[in-house]
Amino acid sequence: MSDLIWILVSALLVNNFTLTLFLGLCPFFGVTSKIATAVRLGLANVFVLLLTALCAWFLNRFVLGAAPYLRLISFIVVIASVVQVVEMAIKKWSPALFRALGIYLPLITTNCAILGLAIFQTNRGYGFWQGMAFALGAGFGLTLALVLMASIRERLEVADVPAVARGTAIVLIIAACLSLAFMGFAGLGTAT
Amino acid sequence: MTSTAPAPPAPASLEDLTRGLWRENPVLVQMLGLCPTLAVTNAVANGIAMGLATTFVLLGSSLMVASLRRFIPNEVRITSYVLIIATFVTIADFVLEALVPGIHKQLGAFIALIVVNCIILGRAEAFASRVTVRRAALDAIGMGAGFTAILLLMSATREVLGSGALLGHPLFGPGFEPWVIMVLPPGGFLTLGILLLLLAWRAKRRSLGGRSR
Repeated sequence: MSDLIWILVSALLVNNFTLTLFLGLCPFFGVTSKIATAVRLGLANVFVLLLTALCAWFLNRFVLGAAPYLRLISFIVVIASVVQVVEMAIKKWSPALFRALGIYLPLITTNCAILGLAIFQTNRGYGFWQGMAFALGAGFGLTLALVLMASIRERLEVADVPAVARGTAIVLIIAACLSLAFMGFAGLGTAT
Repeated sequence: MTSTAPAPPAPASLEDLTRGLWRENPVLVQMLGLCPTLAVTNAVANGIAMGLATTFVLLGSSLMVASLRRFIPNEVRITSYVLIIATFVTIADFVLEALVPGIHKQLGAFIALIVVNCIILGRAEAFASRVTVRRAALDAIGMGAGFTAILLLMSATREVLGSGALLGHPLFGPGFEPWVIMVLPPGGFLTLGILLLLLAWRAKRRSLGGRSR
């Protein structure tokens, strides 16, 4: 059990997907101008990451033993199709949830964090529950980074930023500071 | 973040090749492919390997997409492109593992993550699927070279400041205190941020100079 908690904390803080592994940077720079949007996108990410961990575990366990060189191709195809199917199912059964997460689901599928999770999980040889803990940690870590960035950027709207730094440059420098802050968690050690 | 390139003119030209180098540079102008740009540029050798691998995948998939453009049905085109790209990435992965196992180990999952590098899918969708094979190839080489150049610039800056070395050879005497932060994750964000800042500053000075003349 402590093993699982450790994997979760490690993915959440020590090896935060966005701030120390640079995965999922597109939403990090693209959709972090409002906190509300950032929260929704983060939660949609948690959901897709859990699905991904499930798919990757299933593929590794039952299919890919016979053909490891097809790993990348099958990950991409299976994850993308499962997310599509789940999106349709949510649209049918829970329109409210669909409105909250809907437009983000297909976008997230092409996010590097998703494929990254599947690959890391495979490389580290995680089992089912370990994979789930890893996905939860990674997802909430991503949400944390998105929300932190969004809250800083909401303040930035009223700040007096020099004209040359407006736009991506200042966001990257803020990201550097956030990343620096997260380096502090490195003292906790890392799970493998 | 897809580029909305207008329908390209017919003949293959030098413009196809040079566009990616500076004017439409994938990283600096289109802001695509940021994950590898930041993640693997802590040493020059890694930057070069990643740049070349991405260029190879870009070239291979552009050639394939351009030659199959009449056969791929519109409805499943994205899926087909992803399959083509994933095939080339698998090839690049195994080739790197065989040739340079040390670098392959350092790059780790980021080789496989070339699949989701938006530059490649972006060029397949916006350019290669609409033009002749020759133009697609020129464009892929140009974009790949532009991407590699930025990786080289970032990784050289970070390695020189962060480890006081270039390609593993120490540059300064023992008195040099390395800026360790530059080879750690925050250094990646910082280097790219400062690079963009310098570009914006240059553009601003240019426009001011143009007005006064």
